[in-house]
Amino acid sequence: MAEHTVITPLPGTFYRKASPDSDNFVEVGAQVTADTVIGLIEVMKQFSELTAGAAGRVSAFLVEDGDPIEPGQVIATLDDE
Amino acid sequence: MTQGIHKLLIANRGEIAVRIIRAAQALGIPTVAACSEADVDSQAARMADEVHILGPARADKSYLNIEALIGALTATGANAVHPGYGFLSENADFAEAVLAAGAIFVGPSPDTIRRMGDKAEARRTAQAAGVPVVPGSADELFDVDSALKAAESVGYPLLIKASAGGGGRGIRLAQSAQQLSEEFPRAQREAQTAFGNGAVYLERFIGKARHIEVQVLGDGQRAVHLFERECSLQRRRQKVFEEAPSPVLTQQQRETLCESAVRLAESLGYKGAGTLEYLYDDETGEFFFIEMNTRIQVEHPVSELITGIDLVQAMLRIAAGEPLGLQQSDIRLNGAAVQMRLNAEDPARNFFPSPGVVEALVWPQGEGVRVDTHLYQGYRVPPYYDSLLAKLIVHGADRSQALARASSAVEQTQLTGMASTLSLHGQLLKQPWLHSADFNTGTLETWLVEHSGGGDA
Repeated sequence: MAEHTVITPLPGTFYRKASPDSDNFVEVGAQVTADTVIGLIEVMKQFSELTAGAAGRVSAFLVEDGDPIEPGQVIATLDDE
Repeated sequence: MTQGIHKLLIANRGEIAVRIIRAAQALGIPTVAACSEADVDSQAARMADEVHILGPARADKSYLNIEALIGALTATGANAVHPGYGFLSENADFAEAVLAAGAIFVGPSPDTIRRMGDKAEARRTAQAAGVPVVPGSADELFDVDSALKAAESVGYPLLIKASAGGGGRGIRLAQSAQQLSEEFPRAQREAQTAFGNGAVYLERFIGKARHIEVQVLGDGQRAVHLFERECSLQRRRQKVFEEAPSPVLTQQQRETLCESAVRLAESLGYKGAGTLEYLYDDETGEFFFIEMNTRIQVEHPVSELITGIDLVQAMLRIAAGEPLGLQQSDIRLNGAAVQMRLNAEDPARNFFPSPGVVEALVWPQGEGVRVDTHLYQGYRVPPYYDSLLAKLIVHGADRSQALARASSAVEQTQLTGMASTLSLHGQLLKQPWLHSADFNTGTLETWLVEHSGGGDA
């Protein structure tokens, strides 16, 4: 079973949902495609979408909603099961 | 002098925290930098007499956390809070909490903050003080006939706006009565669909508007103005390049505008530094009040340079209970000043944020040059807050001298380690329309679109 890691190219704050009241973009166990948005990264008040980058099933999030992140950090893992 | 303030807590970060600490030091007031965990190595934390950590990097856990800030007052024994700009600076609940804790809020009363923060209430307050507002129909309109009647006093061209709307949705333009009759039912339907409420109102459309604002200072009894600033060069409603005075007003227009601002401030019993923002119709020469900012503004230094008055020190003196020492006739307009905002954004990548570590850092020097910044060599600019790095502010005997000095200041500046908007200012200063002041609030964005297509112009 191959594993893919979703890595942030940006520093900032990671969000799993579009606003405090909305649902998470994806949950652990969800099937995603390379273009599926899995979270938002806020850098200096500007928001960028983070996409899965590969197809598969979300096996884990390594960062919580609202956590600070650094470039190169692993945000989530996918497996291709 | 300022015996009312024996220790000042700075509830902010970045360049404005540094600016406030400098003003407090000049008045001999000890300071506390209240900062997030991400700002422990900041210039403000290095300069302040004490540092108090509010919480984690996220603003809602630190700079927007009222409970943590009131806790900081108690823990440090500070008896006054300067809120700077942004964050909680216009939050009436915060001002109230500071007063309830027995401390001084450096700014107007919670009631004034609340009143001017409510758009409709601010408009009514301005009208009551005889200050012109953008002509509009007061009431919600439901049929074409009442709209046509209201349009007679609003004037054409006008906008039909959804009463329940916002964010630019449900807005239609009408150039004439004929067009209003056609567009009105459409606007109603759109409003009904988008907001579940078909009520609309009319507002004069100003096609070529300049953003002109007046700086005021009040002590609760009396107010004075420090002339106007023009901030028409904006991108996504963020000011980029500001100047004082406006290059287009006649002396008569300047007096009328600034006197209207003083009238409004005095009608509020305004205490502290404030800014009244106006739209100036470039075609008719009319000006209209749009809103008041009840705090210090990012572009305040240009007003300081043309008047010689230190606004942040004045705020502290007023907050400490001193009456305004100044008469209006003491305040003279001397020369011209411009401010260039350096942001950690990459103009070549559609202004994408560019946090990083400051490597080479050289600031300009020379007559009339001032730099307000929190950067130092080796400083790591955190990604969690806004991207303002520094403000290059330049004064000259007249506007052309100020612009010439500004070009030289940009050329002298070196900043590596991150992308910044320094190069944008270098390009702007080469544009003939900047030198002739032939611009309005749409000019910069239009120019940026044309400019990005054509490579380096």
